[in-house]
Amino acid sequence: MADSILDVVDVHKSFGALKASDGISLTLKPGEIHALIGPNGAGKSTLIKQIAGGLQPDEGAVKFLGQDITGKTTAQRAQLGLGRTFQISALAMGFTVLENVVLGAIGQSGSVFRFFSPAMKDRALLDRARNALERVGLSDRETTITSELSHGQRRQLEVAVALTLAPKAFLMDEPMAGLGAEGSRELTGFLRTLKSEAPILLVEHDMDAVFALADRISVLVYGKIIATGSVDDIRNNAEVKTAYLGEEDAA
Amino acid sequence: MIRERYLNLIILAGLVIVPAYALMVDEPFTITLATKVVILALAGVGLNLALGQGGLVSFGHAAYFGIGGYTMGILASHAQNYTPLMTSPFLIEGTNSMPVIWLVAVVVSALLALLIGALSLRTSGVYFIMVTLAFGQMLYYFAISWPAYGGEDGLSIYVRNQFPGVNTLVPIQFYGLCFAILLIVLFLVDRLNKSPFGLALDGAHQNEERALTVGINVYRLRLVAFVISGAITGLAGALFADLNRFVSPVMFDWHTSGQIMIFIILGGVARLFGPIVGAALYILLEHFLGGLSEYWFIYLGAILLFVVLFAKGGIVGGLSKKEMSHGG
Amino acid sequence: MSVILLIEQILNGLQFGVMLFLMAAGLTLIFGVMGLINLAHGSLYMVGAFVAAAVAAWSGSFLLALAASLVAAAMFGALIELTVIRRLYARDHLDQVLATFALILIFSEATRWVFGSFPLFLDTPAWLSGTVILPFGIQYSAYRLAIIIVGLVVALGLFLLITRTRVGMRIRAGDSDREMIAALGVDISVLYTLVFALGAALAGLSGALVGAIQSVEVGMGEPVLILAFVVIVIGGIGSIKGALLGAILVGLTDTLGRTLLPVLLSTVMDASAATAVGSALASMLIYILMAGVLLFKPTGLFGTA
Repeated sequence: MADSILDVVDVHKSFGALKASDGISLTLKPGEIHALIGPNGAGKSTLIKQIAGGLQPDEGAVKFLGQDITGKTTAQRAQLGLGRTFQISALAMGFTVLENVVLGAIGQSGSVFRFFSPAMKDRALLDRARNALERVGLSDRETTITSELSHGQRRQLEVAVALTLAPKAFLMDEPMAGLGAEGSRELTGFLRTLKSEAPILLVEHDMDAVFALADRISVLVYGKIIATGSVDDIRNNAEVKTAYLGEEDAA
Repeated sequence: MIRERYLNLIILAGLVIVPAYALMVDEPFTITLATKVVILALAGVGLNLALGQGGLVSFGHAAYFGIGGYTMGILASHAQNYTPLMTSPFLIEGTNSMPVIWLVAVVVSALLALLIGALSLRTSGVYFIMVTLAFGQMLYYFAISWPAYGGEDGLSIYVRNQFPGVNTLVPIQFYGLCFAILLIVLFLVDRLNKSPFGLALDGAHQNEERALTVGINVYRLRLVAFVISGAITGLAGALFADLNRFVSPVMFDWHTSGQIMIFIILGGVARLFGPIVGAALYILLEHFLGGLSEYWFIYLGAILLFVVLFAKGGIVGGLSKKEMSHGG
Repeated sequence: MSVILLIEQILNGLQFGVMLFLMAAGLTLIFGVMGLINLAHGSLYMVGAFVAAAVAAWSGSFLLALAASLVAAAMFGALIELTVIRRLYARDHLDQVLATFALILIFSEATRWVFGSFPLFLDTPAWLSGTVILPFGIQYSAYRLAIIIVGLVVALGLFLLITRTRVGMRIRAGDSDREMIAALGVDISVLYTLVFALGAALAGLSGALVGAIQSVEVGMGEPVLILAFVVIVIGGIGSIKGALLGAILVGLTDTLGRTLLPVLLSTVMDASAATAVGSALASMLIYILMAGVLLFKPTGLFGTA
């Protein structure tokens, strides 16, 4: 096995004249939180889609656990253990909280084509689902309809669904978005405990959270990674300051 | 408001009491109407699995209804004329045994649904609606222009097919058969909805991205649901043909697809018993409004429009609270 | 089969395709701008044909009948947009399908109630009833040729409308841009009514033109509607260019298939079987074409998402 969990190797993706990914390479190593930051329109979403599936790079490869997954579908990547959370909560809003995590457990266990046994009475599925809920602290919300959850609780549920996959790596798209200071702090603490289980590629706008959490940071600007390094490296990088932090200051 | 399962029990009771009463007062026509309700409801239960649970708005379920009907018509016409269906590479003879016809109808309509579904599910949204409609219409035109089995005029079967131990010509006995099938299918579909498969199907309907990112192959999931859905509607088609002892291209017509959809919307989308209520209401309207006015479709259209615009949830939805979809 | 007959069939296919384009253009425009699938589009086609037949019978003027069909279909279109359709924009496609299906039931029965169940007839005007001589000595129906020309002129007009005018700019604008336009104080609902009425007028015109070739009867719009769907699936939803290309493809495939398949098959089987198999196959040909496009381009030839 390679020493990195996830390898993005020289990925290119253009939409007409726009180079959304212009030769991006990055790695995710065991036990780390690797934050991907960059101003709006830098090509973060495009990169995430190429890693998670749903968008094919024009050139380059995505490797997961040493295996080339560039040609694999979103579902296959999830089966391999790539757990994903979304910027805008992607949950079955009409389901109860428990049903949402059971859905994750069904996907993980490959029991989709079981037609007769009731899913909500299946011990194995329920155990896995409840375990994930407990870890994010949503156990007391099992029977709540998902659409009735608060914004922060939906975030927690997203993470719980990803946890049911027993992922080998997490891909988290702005998990802090819309959380208050309190919620942000709680989630930060939780992610720190999570990274020893599986490394996290974290796309995040909340700079405080990024600087508090990340082991490494990559800065994406106009489809290129202009710097990768520790929090201090990035804080002191002149290029990053002008391209990114400068812009933040101005705003 | 009452709980959905009590409402369902009332509906089932109605399906027992009405024909029983009709039998007592010797009203065979009412039994025939009830049989029609049960069969059309079965077609609706099939579509509801794809449309309600899976969110796959198929506007071409007449294809399966029709192919089920023609399966019966073709097998029975060969049996009644004592001609084999084909002789090479091996001999296939017609039959007038209902169980055999049902089995063949289920298999043939499942295969058709597999073919149409595999193509149609490459698309989504409004494309899916138009593509399924178009494929349904293709079979309609094929049935019209293929002269071997009656073409536009259709095909008459003079004697109802047979079921061991049942006199299928007695209306109440044929009703009993159809009702039993409906009950069995309802039971199976209920189990299916609660199974991991049903949960995944519903989950993918609510949020496709979510289903994909937990590793579910949504295309295959939907294709299987579509095939089961088509098979159930195909079985209903075979029964419907036996009820009328007649099949014609009208079974393939897109109005038939629309009708099956109307049962679901009148009764309540994704409600297990919705299609039964919808089909019953439809037949009642047809019977009474059709008796009042030659132009009863105007009233049907107005009612449908009202339900869609103002009464989402249909009758079952209006009378009962939604229970936990996969609980219990 | 002679070359001249073949060319005549190609022209027939073109004429059919142009008619389908008038239907499909409205459908695809309405879907592209409002996101609405409108099954009642076939009813507007029928309205156009009936009004044309009635006005022609009353006035004896074909041109007046055509104008009346345009106006009547546009008015009916605006009427149903204002009363029913605009409640459906924010709904899902299932609701749109069911509500517009309900409109078909109402329209068809109401027409039967007003005009009866017997078909009406609309005569081609005397000045278009003969044949014209085309290059290479090909004789062709002047009326059908006129339809082709009208269709192509309308297609050109639509292109100009959409690419060159302010209304066209708003039609081309994406959803988000349209919200912006709305925020700037432009009344979007008026634009929606206009687009719907425009689509309806095209359907009505198409119905009136075809009414002089076929009989005018209840339900005449439905087969055309479904063919227009096939056209849109092939061409790609929301694309006028796709609608034109798809319509001509479908028109040619269907017309030539019906003529050529029985002839081709008669080389390998006896004549009566060839006619039977050929006509059955020909009726499926455009759907097979559609299936082929779906295999390679699920979003149609000019479709995007």
